Parts: sequence; C-alpha cells; structure tokens
Amino acid sequence: MAVTSEPRAQEGGAAPRHRSATRSLLRLWPYVRPVRVRLFGAAGAAVVASCMGLVIPLVLKWMVDGPVAHRDPGGVWLGGALLLALGTAEAALFGLRRWLVGRPLASVEAAMRADLYRHLQRLPVSFHDRWASGQLLSRATTDLMLLRMFLAFPLTFLVVNGVTILAGFAILLSQEWTLGLVLVIPAVPLVILCSLFETRYAAVARTVQDQTGDLTTVVEEGVLGVRIVKGFGRHRSQARAFRALSEQVRSTELHKARLLATLWALIMTLPELAIGAALVLGTVRVADGDLSAGTLVAFLSTALTLRWPVESLGFLLAMSQDAATATDRYFDVMDAEPATAADRLRAEASREPGQERSSREPGQEREGEGGLRFEGVEFAYPDAPPEEPPVLHGVDLHIRPGETMALVGATGSGKTTLTALVPRLHEVTRGRITLDGRDITALTRDELRALVAVAFEEPTLFSATAGENVLMGAADAGTEELLRALKVAQADFVHALPEGTDTEVGEQGLSLSGGQRQRLALARAVVGGPRFLVLDDPLSALDVHTEALVEAALRRVLASTTALIVAHRPSTVLLADRVALLSGGRITAVGTHQRLLRDSAEYRSLMSGQEAEEGERSP
Amino acid sequence: MTTVEEDRESTDDWDDRDTDGGRAAASDDPFDRDVLPVPKGASPALLRSLLSPRRRRVWLAAVLLLLQQAAVQAGPLLVAYAIDRAVPAFRGGGHGPLIAVGAGYLGCALASGALQYAFIRASARISQDVLLDLRGRIFRHAQALSVDFHERYTSGRLISRATTDVESLRELLIEGLEELLGVALSVVYISITLLYLDWGLGAAAVLSFWPLYLLIRSFQRRSMRVYRKRSTAIAAVIVTFTETMNGIRPVQAFRRERANDARFGEQNHRHERANGDAILEMARYVVSSRLVANAAVAALVLWGAYRVASGSLALGVLAAAALYLRRLYDPIDRLGMFLNSYQSAAASLEKIAGLLAQRPSVPEPADPKPLPPRPTKAPGREVVFDGVRFAYRTGGEVLPRFDLTLPAGQTVAVVGATGAGKSTLAKLLARFYDPSDGRVLLDGVDLRDLAMLELRRGVVMVTQEAFLFSGTVADNITIGRPDATRAEVEQAAKAIGAHDFIAALPDGYDTDVRKRGGRISAGQRQLVAFARALLADPSVLILDEATSSLDIPGERAVQRAMDTVLRGRTAVVIAHRLSTVETADRVLVMADGRIVEDGPPDRLIAGEGRFAALHQAWRDSLV
Repeated sequence: MAVTSEPRAQEGGAAPRHRSATRSLLRLWPYVRPVRVRLFGAAGAAVVASCMGLVIPLVLKWMVDGPVAHRDPGGVWLGGALLLALGTAEAALFGLRRWLVGRPLASVEAAMRADLYRHLQRLPVSFHDRWASGQLLSRATTDLMLLRMFLAFPLTFLVVNGVTILAGFAILLSQEWTLGLVLVIPAVPLVILCSLFETRYAAVARTVQDQTGDLTTVVEEGVLGVRIVKGFGRHRSQARAFRALSEQVRSTELHKARLLATLWALIMTLPELAIGAALVLGTVRVADGDLSAGTLVAFLSTALTLRWPVESLGFLLAMSQDAATATDRYFDVMDAEPATAADRLRAEASREPGQERSSREPGQEREGEGGLRFEGVEFAYPDAPPEEPPVLHGVDLHIRPGETMALVGATGSGKTTLTALVPRLHEVTRGRITLDGRDITALTRDELRALVAVAFEEPTLFSATAGENVLMGAADAGTEELLRALKVAQADFVHALPEGTDTEVGEQGLSLSGGQRQRLALARAVVGGPRFLVLDDPLSALDVHTEALVEAALRRVLASTTALIVAHRPSTVLLADRVALLSGGRITAVGTHQRLLRDSAEYRSLMSGQEAEEGERSP
Repeated sequence: MTTVEEDRESTDDWDDRDTDGGRAAASDDPFDRDVLPVPKGASPALLRSLLSPRRRRVWLAAVLLLLQQAAVQAGPLLVAYAIDRAVPAFRGGGHGPLIAVGAGYLGCALASGALQYAFIRASARISQDVLLDLRGRIFRHAQALSVDFHERYTSGRLISRATTDVESLRELLIEGLEELLGVALSVVYISITLLYLDWGLGAAAVLSFWPLYLLIRSFQRRSMRVYRKRSTAIAAVIVTFTETMNGIRPVQAFRRERANDARFGEQNHRHERANGDAILEMARYVVSSRLVANAAVAALVLWGAYRVASGSLALGVLAAAALYLRRLYDPIDRLGMFLNSYQSAAASLEKIAGLLAQRPSVPEPADPKPLPPRPTKAPGREVVFDGVRFAYRTGGEVLPRFDLTLPAGQTVAVVGATGAGKSTLAKLLARFYDPSDGRVLLDGVDLRDLAMLELRRGVVMVTQEAFLFSGTVADNITIGRPDATRAEVEQAAKAIGAHDFIAALPDGYDTDVRKRGGRISAGQRQLVAFARALLADPSVLILDEATSSLDIPGERAVQRAMDTVLRGRTAVVIAHRLSTVETADRVLVMADGRIVEDGPPDRLIAGEGRFAALHQAWRDSLV
C-alpha cells in the first residue's frame, strides 16, 4: 500500500517498548469479552474436531486387524460407516467453529475501528501534527485485520494444536512405546528449529517491508515531482536511485527465501526421516509378529495427521508476536489523551493556587472587555524541544466588538498559529484569550466553536455536496443563508456545476480548483453569521478580479462581526479597520494601514517590498 | 488441515476509489475510468518478455519441482512395498527388501528436503528478477511518459500501478505460484500412482475430483462477488478515515465529530457485514470441500478394505492408498485461496500492461541534433514559435495558431486570467508538450530534434508547486547541477535570498527536509526551487507563477536575483501579481489562448488596453 513511513510520525509511533507479548495481547480482552462465549465454543469445537482426526487411524487399524485380517467383508461395512461418520463430524465441527466466530470477530474488528476513529477525532490538533495520516490509517486497517486473524487462528490453534499433539503422542506411545518414541523425539528439535527460523524470518520480512516502503517513497516522489525530474533532465539519476533500492529489496528478499528454503527443507526432511525409521522398525516387528499390520498403518497415518500441528507451532507463535506488535501500535494511539482530558488536568491545576481566577467567572462581562482579547498569550508546540523559544510569547491584542483586525507578519512569524488558538485547535501555553470577557477555556469546545467561525489557509472540502460543505458552518442555517453565503464568497460558480449545490465535491467528487475551494471554505465560515470570524489569508488563491469582488461583498459581512484576518497583500489589509503587526512572537504595532505604513519600516517592507534591505539582507 | 492466510483482506484495494468512487463527471475518457486501452495480448506478451530472459532458470525450477514431488510422493509406495514384500521376505530370512525400503525412504527424505531447498531458491531468484525488471520498467516508463499523461492519469493511479499492482503480482509469485504448481503436480502424481497401484481405486479417486472442481468453481464465482463488495466497503471506510484525519482542523473547528461518527459508523458497519459475508463464504467452501474429501476417503477405504477382505487387493496397497488419499485432499482448502490471488494478480498484470503500452507523446529524438555553441558572453538563446497550434488529443483547442519570437536575452512577462493559455505556452517551450502543428525553435533548432539532456541544460522551468524530494536541502538544490560544490550551492541560495532560512534550520544545508525541525513553508520551498534553477544556469528560464507563495519581501529578493544573476538569460515570466511584470522588457497579455497585447510594459501601461486596466487596479491596491 502507499507509503506511510513519514519519519515524523515514526518518532511518535515507534516508542521503545519492552512489554511482553502476552501483556500486550491481554489488553484486547475488553473487546473480546462480548464474544467470549462464541470464541471459547469455537475453540472447543476445534479441539474435538482435531481429536476426531486422530481417531480415524484407529478405526483404520481396527479394520485392518479385525474384519480385513479375518476376511469378514460384513465387518468392513461397519468400519466404513464409522469412517464416514467421523469424517462428516470433523468437517461439520470445523465448519461450526468458523460459523461461530466469523461474524463476531468481524464485529470485534469493527468496534475497535470505530473506537479508534472516535478517539482520533477528539485528539488535539498537535497530536495530528505529529502523526501522518498514513500511520493512523495503517492502524485502522492492517493492524486491526491482523488482530482479527490472530483471534480467529493463532489464538485458537495454539490451544487446539497443543492438545492435538499431546493426544496424538499419547496414542502413539500407548500403542507401542518404542515405535512411538521414534516418532515423538524428532518433534522436539523440529519445533525448536521452526520457531527459531520463524523469528529470524519475521525479522527479515519486516526489513523487506521497510525497504519496500523506501522504494515506494522513491516512486511517489518520482511521480509527484515528475515535472522537476523532467525539467532538469534528472530521470537517469532517479532511475539509478530506484534501481539501487530495488536491488536492495531483491537481495533481502533472496535472503528471506534462503531462510524459507532452509525451514522447508527441515520440515520436509526431519519428519520423513522419523517416519522412515518407524517404517523399517515397524516392518521388522510386523515380520517378527510382535506388531499387527493394522497398528503399523495406524501409526504412519497418525504421524501424518500430526505433521501440521507440529510444523505450525513456529508460525503460529510468529503470528502471535505480530499481533502483539499490532496491539501495541493500536494502543499507542488509544492511550493518547483527548483534548478534554487535558482540560480536567488544567482545571485542577488552576484551582489549586488560590481562587484568583474566580473573579473572572464566565458570564461576568466586564466593562471594556467585549470583543476578542489576547492577554499575555504564549504558545510553544508541545513537541518542541524545551530550549527552543516559544513561537508566540506575550501577545496582547484587543479586537473591539464589531471591529475587523488584520494580522500581518513575515513568513513563519506565527500568524496561522495565533489564529488556531482562538477555536482552541491549539491550547495556549500561558496567558488567556477572552471572547466578550469570557475565558475561552471556561467554555466547552462546542460552545466556543459555535461562536467562532474559521476559514483556513488550506481550504479543505469533505466528500459531501457543495451545499453540505458550506452548511457545515451553521447547524440550523437554511437554503436562504446558503445562497447568501455563496454570494458573499463569490462562489456562484456552484450553480453552474452539474447538479448545482447538490454536486458532490471533495475527494470522491468533482475536483475544484484552489480558488473555487477557497471560496467555498469562505462561504462556510460566513454562513451562519457568526459572532467571531477568524480568516487565515482567505483570498490568496484568487485572481485579482475575483478578489476585488469578494472583498466588496465581504466588507458587508465584516461590518457586523468581530473578525481577525491574516493578510499578505495590501488589498486584504484594506478590509480591516486596524492592523496588528506580528513580529518576533509578539504584537509590535497596532494601528491603521496608513499609520503603520508611515511609522513601521517592517510593515512597509512587508506590504510593498520597499526598504526591505535592512542590513541583514546585504551579502 | 487448515490454513491461516485464507481471509487475509487486501486493504490495498483502496486505490479502487478511483474506479469505484463516484467520479462525478462520468465521461467516456478512458482516463476517468482508469481503463487504459490494452492492446490485445499485451499482458501475455509482457509476461513472456519478463520470463524469456530467464528461460533456463525457469526450466531448472520446473525440473526441480518435478523431482521434488516425485521424491515426496514415493513414501506411501515404499510403505506398500514394505508391507507386501519386505514383511514376507524378512520372515523368510531375506533382508534385502527391508534394507531397500530403509535406504529408499532415507534417500527420498533427504532428496525431497534438498530439492525443496533448491527449488525455493531457484524460484525466488526468478520471481525476484522478474519483479526487479518489472518495477524498473514501470518506473522508467512513468518517467519517460510526458507531462500531459501524468496530468490526466493522476499520480495516485500511477503510484498504485508501481506499488499495489506489483505487490499483488509479488504475492502470487512468491506465495501462490509454487503452491499452486505443487498442488497441481501432486494431484497428477498421486492419481497416476493410485492408478498404477490399483486401477479401480485410482479411477475412483480421479472421479472424486469432479464434485471438488464444481465446488471450487462455484466458490470462485461467489467469492469474487463478496470480495468485491468487501473491498468497496473498505475503500469507503478508508476514504472517510483519511479525509477526516487530513482535515482535522476544519473537523474540529466546525464540530463535525458527532456527524462523522455516525457516517463512519455506517460505513464501518457495512464493511463489517461484507467482511462477515466473506468469512462465512470461505467457511462454506472449506467445510463443503472437506466434507467431500472425507467422504471420498471413507468410501475409497471402505471399498479397498472390502476388496482386501475378499482377497482381491493386497494389504500394503490399501495402506498406501489410505495415506495417499489424505495427501491428495489436504491442499484443497488452500486452492480456493490461491485461485483468488491468481485472479487479482492477472487483473494487476493487465493494468500494468496497459500502462506500459502507453507511448510517450514527447519522444526522445532518434537522431538528435546539437545546439549551436553559445559564446560565453552571449545573452541567452533565441526562442521562436513558428506557426504553433496546440490542442489536446481529445480535442479542445487551447492555443490557436500563432507566431512569436523572443530575442536572446529578453525578459518576457506573460499575464492573463486563469485558463488563458499562459502555462501551455510555457510547457511548449519546456517541451513538456509538443505542439499539434508548427515548431518551437531554440536558436534555430526544433526542440523535437534536441536530446533531452541537452534541452534540459538549456531550458529550465520553475513552477508554482515547489516539490521537495526526500534528502537534505542541499540535495534538493543540487538537482539543478549534480556536480556543483557546496560553495556554489550556498552562492545560489544567497543570491535568491534563501540562505538565511536554510542556515537557521537545525542542520543547515544538511537538514533532512522530511524530518522534524524541517518544517519548511510553501514560500521557503519556492525559494529552494529557485536556488535549484539558479544553480542549473540555463540559457532560457521559465517561471510559471513561481512566486505565488512568497510574501512581498521574498518576491522582491527573487526579482533582485533575476536582475543580477539571470540578467542576460532569455526569461519567460508568468505571474498574476504585477509587481514582477514591471522589470520585464516586454509584456504579453493573453486571453482565450491568443496573445492580445504585446509590447514593453511602459507602453502598455500608457495605453488603454487590458494590461493598463489590470495595472491600474493593482496600483490602487497598493496605496
């Protein structure tokens, strides 16, 4: 499948762990509990079925030594009927096993997946920044499938095969212990060698997977960057790099094949040698009259029945090991704290040092505290090394009710980060943000996000109709609001789509251009007439003409909301009443566009590019 | 007995969303349906061409497998020999037959192990060589195909050809094929041996294959349906999952969590049902085939025993037959599984063959001509569009016939609304496309006559999407000129204004762009792309909206670099921000594929045309 080896996420994902496989697998119990009766029933059915397989050779023996030896064709019928009954019962019981666990295990898998999805949606954005979606996806698909298969096969058959082997050996030894020993003894080194090789084989198999992942990366880059590869005539060197990697994969695969070949050679040879020895020994005993011919036939037949259970132990163990790893990977994500859990901790922490916050209880609007206010806001990414300075430190900014504030700053100054703090996509590290005097941490996330509407720099549409995508912004808005929002965002192109506002867009639907997506995202932000509006460079992908039209319409919406707009271009800045300049992690100037143009050299350089040469740039 | 792989689900199927997913515009364009026209017999021909260089090894593997199966299947025959001959002989004091049995069994055991070892290694060599060859072919072919193919085929499909489809072939080659051949061969051997031992028993065993064959066939048909349903279901789950995780910011900001839970729950449940169906379908097959097999064993043993009892069959033959019959029916369980993986591999092979059958629309010349040598001081090269017209092969004219001459050293700005044909003009010049009619000449040489390497040294295009390859920042810049020294790389970065931010990265120029700490913004990526182009030092430079992600100071830095470093190159600059345009020697205004205005910027600004209006609007926004 597509490569998911985003190194960033691997750091988060592959934490060193020394848990035992059993301990990991035990964590699955809550999910298995609801289906435990069926699971145990299935294991029971499999044990019985497997033991029936062992009885068949005994019937064979009875037939050979009894009716056949005594030339009694009538007795043969009984034996035949018995064989048929046993065979039918064996097949039916194995069928029963599969029927018992088939749907329940599918629902265990589904339940685990639904839990994972529900949990992931509620994890903070900072978690998602660290984890590539491919990493999460492989947990939701491959790992869960591995777990279902583990519950269906290795878990059951480790028990079943163990019982079968013991029972089989008991039968062999009880019938004729010398001959039995000849067959039983080689089983011990076989099991040990098998599990030894399986472990080594699993390690090489993982290496192959990693290398295939690297290979996929080169393929993806070769395809995604094809214009650059072509543009610079680099296809030969790309092909060389690809060749080197794929030869590496080949040699690891050959190494893997060598291990597999050895393993198979062992599996083929060792039991055959034992059976051969038993055959020679048995023939001598039969000739001497110490052993019946039927016993010899039963012996060889039992030995044949036991081959699979013995051989399989190695890979059943290897599969269990894989399942343990998959469980760890699953719970790595499930153990991450959702955003609300962090709140409780914060609430407890803030309650302890006195009751200083109590004077700012929600609901108590204080004079002059209306609008959107940042007070001493500091923010550092949770995964940033402690010695790194925070992205934002000491941001103070007050946007008055009904005012529109433009946020301007150089690339990488933290403008987008600042906007993400308002709907609490990221949590303020220190300081606070208030909406109409209420601390945003005192609101539930739902309340807060109902108050604040956002449009992101990267406009994301979901697989739904264009209309649904816009109406996501307001739960109770109707067609009228939809049409108005589309008009404001100059997204009337929607009406020209094959099915108008009912046209499917997003990954599964019609693909729209960057400018079109941006306008729909803008419509989504303004649709409900939100009280607070946060727009991150909402017009960047529009051409000059459309931009002018959107601006004219947007101006009317902005008149009635409190808004913060990240702006790169003078034209966007002109939508705002005042401008705040973000520089070095704090707000260094606030004022009208004209005033800042006059007073701030940095602002002037950002807006017009003039006077950009401020010493640091000169070579 | 039972195998474990039987219901391994292929999650790779999710690229099927390209085919299954409701692409809203259902058109007849083969690209939209991911069904490239495959010439008849292309996929057997591909298979042949992959295998024929390894003909000898294939034969060797076949012989090894034949011998190995012979050694394996000799066992029960020796049992029969032991019971019927060695026992009486031993009683009579003759040790010869017993020694022969012992030696034979020892020999067979050792031989089967050794042959198995040799066969696995030989077949691994073949399959790995085939895969290496195939991967290389797909990769090289994808690189050779022209840009318009890439634009239409989409990267996702191309990537899944080289990964998922190769993977399903790999699974068949490594895991399935030898098993399948082994099963087939053992069935043949055992049937022959049984026929040899006893004609009647053998014939009955062969007859028992008829119901098994019917079972397998019906399983094939039914399983294909449920598997397809399951893979469609998992594809829907995966799409929703990825979409949510990639759009987690809007999901949370617009409180979509609960609505998403419901939607995902429904899709997840649909998959659960389909998954259960698939598992039960497999159960039905395994149970019924085992039932048939067990019944056949019981019936045959009964008949055999009856005949031994009535004296018409030797005891040893019955013993051998009983052992053989177990072996005969053992692999039936797995057969259904392998046939499935065979089918999916065949489908993949077909898709790959379709891709490889595509011919690059921008082929390398058979007999390349050199560019005339360029004196060191010469100002770039002259570009001439001679009666050029461009239309997509599916119809739809983009550029009507036009003539255009760009003198050496001139900086030409191209402006116009989205879809006016600016990018197409640039791509013709970079020979990402070939014109439908007419010629594009570089210093008098048709681009189609230039060797690709020579062309790429001369003409470089920087586009809006600044893609970074994995590796260090320095690696990404040296793509422009692989033999450049570190000093030259830094010089290029300094000239473009990228040095400061690169130096501030954790490991400077050696920072891995995919590692943490290398959070590189869109604007910074574009600066790296510029440094790359600068280092390549082409005589013709094309910038296609290459400054769109830069902030205004960044854009200025790039302009300054162009004024100094690139002065004296022929340059074509496409931009929707007009600040870039002012420094140009000449402006082309395009509308609907035509050049509607052409002249120095001052003159156009002073005029009354579109450019004057655009420029005025832009001026106004600056105040």
